[in-house]
Amino acid sequence: MISHKIVLHFPTRIVNKPIVSKLIRDYDLEFNILKAQIIPDAEGLMVLELKGKQEEYDRGIKYLKDSGVIIDALSQNVLRNEQRCTHCGACVTICPTGAFELNTTTRKISFIDKKCIACGLCLKGCPPRAMEVRF
Amino acid sequence: MAKTIEEINEKIKKGNVVVFTAEEIIGVVKEKGLKKAAEEVDVVTTGTFGPMCSSGIYFNIGHTTPRIKLGGGKAYVNDVPAYAAYAAVDLFLGATATPDNDPRNRNHPGDFNYGGGHVIEELVAGKDVKLEVSAYGTDCYPRKKLETWINIKDLNEAVLFNVRNSYQNYNVAVNLSSKTIYTYMGILKPDAGNATYCSAGQLSPLLNDPFYKTIGIGSKIFLGGGIGYVAWHGTQHNPNVLRGENGVPRRGSGTLAVIGDLKQMKPQWLVGTSFMGYGTTLTVGIGVPIPILTEEILKYTTVTDEEIYAGIIDYSDAYPNMKSSVVGEVNYAQLKTGKITINGKKVPTSSFSSYSKAVEIASTLKDWIKTGKFELTKPVASLPGVESGYAFKPLKERPVNGKV
Repeated sequence: MISHKIVLHFPTRIVNKPIVSKLIRDYDLEFNILKAQIIPDAEGLMVLELKGKQEEYDRGIKYLKDSGVIIDALSQNVLRNEQRCTHCGACVTICPTGAFELNTTTRKISFIDKKCIACGLCLKGCPPRAMEVRF
Repeated sequence: MAKTIEEINEKIKKGNVVVFTAEEIIGVVKEKGLKKAAEEVDVVTTGTFGPMCSSGIYFNIGHTTPRIKLGGGKAYVNDVPAYAAYAAVDLFLGATATPDNDPRNRNHPGDFNYGGGHVIEELVAGKDVKLEVSAYGTDCYPRKKLETWINIKDLNEAVLFNVRNSYQNYNVAVNLSSKTIYTYMGILKPDAGNATYCSAGQLSPLLNDPFYKTIGIGSKIFLGGGIGYVAWHGTQHNPNVLRGENGVPRRGSGTLAVIGDLKQMKPQWLVGTSFMGYGTTLTVGIGVPIPILTEEILKYTTVTDEEIYAGIIDYSDAYPNMKSSVVGEVNYAQLKTGKITINGKKVPTSSFSSYSKAVEIASTLKDWIKTGKFELTKPVASLPGVESGYAFKPLKERPVNGKV
């Protein structure tokens, strides 16, 4: 079983097509929608976490690409280098999904990987550059 | 019953000195009362860990064969320009220096991933760094070029000398414009999308000694993981700012110039730091012990985050354009809840100073004192105080040749 977070860009012409529902129905994949921004007559953006067997996953990705979806940052993972993090807290208000939480007692910052949508803002917003991206 | 530093040091040598951090002392005094606590407590330790831009090192690389004169020439350490304007083999490297023409910085907002602060961190960590020099050959210093790896172990002297550190309070930054801005107070989102602050608050050295009664020139301190000393008042030292009734400044006020042997410092307390769209700097760990000589001095160390106020400044307009207007005031307890209210709007807050690291520094210094490793010093001179009339002035521009 593998699990990947992927960013899908839907060009305007396919925004109205039921691509994601077909992906889930026809391919044996579990999904978790981390972010969805589908505006009619405009480009759509979705960040999906897809889980399944490698074979099914690969077939699913191929289907998406054949349907015209642009897939960004496959298997992109944002990690925190615990040695470099100084727990300053600069990241807390940079992150759009609240993936950095301040513990008001210890004053230390937790990075909640589950909430991360790999937007990359923290990579350059972190002063000691403790955030890294791994493909 | 006034104590003396000599008496306190005797207790440190004997191992029965009573020390608390500036956070712990709040509870201790609440419990025992000021009078009793002042008799019992000998030292209160403070700490701070935040970006401090006016930081740098000077170092002596040792002479080459044949000799070379770096002074007056050009020197680069890992492609970061160093200041070659001292004697033959003395160099200065500042935290905010960045490589000439770094493509990553060329387009605004640049990355500023690497600069002087990062070189300093690498040196302290024992890494080799590349030194490249071009010099004016003289009869006594004939060599014109040098390219060599250097390591902190091999340097004669390597001294951390920071001309402005440990700010006594600072601004809270917001952005009231409609575009994201990139500042030394971080990435500020439009329409007061976030607010940033940078102070250790109730743990901060000068906020625990607001009138500089104990901290002065020659004060021995925790600096960068090792020992350092207060060398002078820092640049932009400004004792005469708005203060609360408790004497605590409500704006950025006093500063310290600090010095210490880089060779006994540690990289986790001198961290190369990047601010996107702004530049590089060095995050410095500083801890100052406050000898509890009188009740009054103890009272100042009991200051809490709730009692320390800072001014909210608009960094999109007021700050760059030298306007003195303040959007409002807020205290550090409010800032630390994670949200403050500005003009009726709830604004999330972010810190650049690490409070947990400040706690670690104050605790480490407390440990050093308790185990007899660190004795306090009596300052040889005071920092300019409120009565001195010392003031921080803006530049009075006087155009050269009548041109602006």
